[in-house]
Formats: sequence, C-alpha cells, structure tokens
Amino acid sequence: MKIGFSGLNAWLLQRITALYMLVFVVVCLVHFTVDPPHSYQAWRGWMMDSTISITTSAFFAALLSHAWVGLRDVILDYIPSVALRVGLLVMLASALVAAAAVVVHIFWIQAA
Amino acid sequence: MGVGDMTALKRERERPVFLDLAKIRLPVGALTSILHRVTGILLAAGVPFGIYLLDRSLRGPQGYAEVGALFENLAFRIVAVVFVWVLAHHLLAGTRHLLSDVDIGSQLPAARRSAWAVNLAGIAVALLAGAVLL
Repeated sequence: MKIGFSGLNAWLLQRITALYMLVFVVVCLVHFTVDPPHSYQAWRGWMMDSTISITTSAFFAALLSHAWVGLRDVILDYIPSVALRVGLLVMLASALVAAAAVVVHIFWIQAA
Repeated sequence: MGVGDMTALKRERERPVFLDLAKIRLPVGALTSILHRVTGILLAAGVPFGIYLLDRSLRGPQGYAEVGALFENLAFRIVAVVFVWVLAHHLLAGTRHLLSDVDIGSQLPAARRSAWAVNLAGIAVALLAGAVLL
C-alpha cells in the first residue's frame, strides 16, 4: 500500500528532517541556556524575529513530516486490517495538517 | 500462554510461534530500537500540547506567566523530567541510526557498545534534568 511518502523517499525525508531538527534543538538548547528570556516582551521579540519565525516554522514542518513517516510506519507494522489502517492514517494526516495550520496561525497570521 | 495453546497455534499456522514476553530476552540493540519507537510515539503525542503551550506563551503577558507558572507544579516538573528522557533517548538513538547509515559503528561489537551508550546516556541526561528541576 502506497500512502504519502514511501520507500526511499520516506527514508530520506525521515533523515533530512531528523538532521535539521537535531541542529535546531541543539542551537535552541544552547541559546536558551546562555540567554534565557526574562520577560514576555523578550520572549515574543525573540520568537517573532523573522529569522526565528522562519527557522521555527521549518522546524515544525520537519517535525510534522517526520512524525508522519514514523507513525505511518508504526501503523503499517501493527495494524493488519486495511480498513482500520486507512482510518488511522486519515486521522493521523488530519491531525498533522491541523497542527500545521495552528503553527502557521501562530507565526504568520496572529503575529501579522 | 499454556503448552496446549502453543501446540494449537503451531498446528494452526504451521510455523513456530514464541511470544512468551517474560522469556524473550532482548539484545541491547533491540531494546534501544524499541525504545526509539516508543519514545517517537510519545513525542508525537506531545506535539499538540507543545504547540498549545507555545501559542499560549505568545498570546500575551498573562499567558506567558501562566505557562511559566506550570513549573511551580511538582507533577508538571516530573512530567518534564520524563519528557527530557523521552527526547534524549530519541535523539541519541536517532543519531546512532544516522551514523550507522553512513557505516559508522554498524559492525555488531561497535553497535552493541553504542546501544549501551545510548541507553545509559539517555538516563544520565534525565537524571541531570531531575537534579535541576526536582
């Protein structure tokens, strides 16, 4: 059954997104350890900086597509019933799209 | 599962089935691997909550203060320490996979050592987080 990314594409997507997230998480960890935000204004100012908004949105894009490949693998491994499989994959895809919509709203609609 | 059930299953499927979870011994690499999967599922389950906290913290000074105040709750701090273990294990095991993809540490003895290192380092990071947060 081919749904969404499969085979080599899925494998590659999983790894490229993993690398991006790894770098992003380490950079954030170092940044917030060295210079933690001390007020709402400082926090919002940091997050709404255009470079941070773009790299954070890219992080969520990576996170949600990484989660798609991983959870899709889990569903395909453990759910043999085709109907249940398709049902769960549709639910998963809807949840991930909804999460992406909220992230777009936070950084690009609400903020504007 | 009793012996009778086992033989019935064997006749039914005509192949050996051994699923006595109490007697299956996982090699260390298998433990690292299944925990990578379990922690991945947990992280994915936490994504909506993470996005919710991010949104709330950015909506206004009150939301920002409320998210910060969560850390005054001991139960939340315990969950945070568990989250640190989940994330640390997933990132370390994932890094091990990426290195293995480019043939670093893919031979069995090195893979066993790195599996031990990942399992223990994940716990060490969580203990560190526990020392800071609890």
